Amino acid sequence: MGSRSRKSKYTTVSIPVTLYNRIKKLIEGTGFANVSQFVIYVLREVVVEYERAKEAEEPFSEEERERIIEKLRRLGYI
Amino acid sequence: MVNRVVSGRRREALLAEARELHKIEVSMDIASDIRNIAYGAYSPLTGFLTSDDYEHVLHDMRLSDDTPWTIPIVLDVSREELGDVREGDDVALTLGGEAIAIMRVEDIYGWDKEEHARSVYKTKDPAHPGVRKTYGMKELLIGGPLDLIKEVSYAGFEKYSLNPAETRVLFKEKGWKTIVAFQTRNVPHLGHEYVQKAALTFVDGLLIHPLVGWKKRGDYRDEVIVAAYEALIKHYYPRDSVVFSVLWMQMRYAGPREAVHHAIVRKNFGCTHFIVGRDHAGVGNYYGPYEAWDIFSEFPDLGITPLFIRESFYCRKCGGMVNAKICPHGDEYRVRISGTKIRQMIMAGKKPPETMMRPEVAEVVLRFKNPFVE
Repeated sequence: MGSRSRKSKYTTVSIPVTLYNRIKKLIEGTGFANVSQFVIYVLREVVVEYERAKEAEEPFSEEERERIIEKLRRLGYI
Repeated sequence: MVNRVVSGRRREALLAEARELHKIEVSMDIASDIRNIAYGAYSPLTGFLTSDDYEHVLHDMRLSDDTPWTIPIVLDVSREELGDVREGDDVALTLGGEAIAIMRVEDIYGWDKEEHARSVYKTKDPAHPGVRKTYGMKELLIGGPLDLIKEVSYAGFEKYSLNPAETRVLFKEKGWKTIVAFQTRNVPHLGHEYVQKAALTFVDGLLIHPLVGWKKRGDYRDEVIVAAYEALIKHYYPRDSVVFSVLWMQMRYAGPREAVHHAIVRKNFGCTHFIVGRDHAGVGNYYGPYEAWDIFSEFPDLGITPLFIRESFYCRKCGGMVNAKICPHGDEYRVRISGTKIRQMIMAGKKPPETMMRPEVAEVVLRFKNPFVE
């Protein structure tokens, strides 16, 4: 049961060469060391927006909501 | 949002089951983590980290599913405490001998405390309060999902202890779409008020969200912070623009990593923005003054927008609180607000000047015989 070190795992995704070259030119002089770094950054930005849209519904029932409002009133928040 | 709070008949059944399970006594700090997991403050965590997630958090500052997560939330146990418990078993987590949660032990693993300290705190120095705490933890970690079967709270602050579902409903009832959170472990001075109000100008509402719970010696006591903010809000804040609530969570003093953690937790409370201060969650000189700003560039998918607000000071010529970007006057007009100086004045029983602290706040703080953690 010892601790173990690990390296992050990566997989290959294909993009058009034209897009690759376009990104390569774009990131010149920026903090992105290579195209992969830029792509990872941008993808994470986009992914979180999709995930947020999926989670738009509040995770509690109307009954729970009413109970919460009653508690907030009792405590003087509303 | 995670909800691992059990109620009704299922709760009765689990309370009965807990009596038959192997028991592991936890500390108040761990109890606060249990509560935060169960009420969704630590979403998407459903329990203490298993080894896979732990290693990912340590090395990548993300869970194994790539979700940003920077502070390992772990449960340490000794071999003696674990007894015959095996992976796959359920255990009852107790506080003061009473079962508060049932946990499925999915993983039992060893860990390297020095590696943990280096990764999380960027130092192995045992003088760092978080590192010292780490070195005092037990030799094994157990991970797995848990269910909260008995309410547990930080005594004396129940009135202000809103959980994530409650703040989300409150913000909606107030009609707020954008909410900025302010995290603190100090009594408020003019600099804090300045950054809060600067942020509030651009959003619908402000959540002032001090941490209560374990803090290092010399930090302000929780009841002092709450009383000070009650005075500040009463006299200086528009009633409809601010919500004051406390968060029971231990301070780790992990600087940059903890700044991101604080932001994630406030996102779970329904906030859209988070104020990141100078040397956020820092201690001593372990971190650079703006290191906690830089780290956010690694998390474009955090789900909450950090607001980096510069250090402010009082300018006698401008006649108010300003920062270097908007004040053209020289040092001779500037009154820098030093938390250390304020602390020294309070220790000496002296009222800080009105260019540093509101008089109503100072009066409240000075009423406490000893306002600091011993």
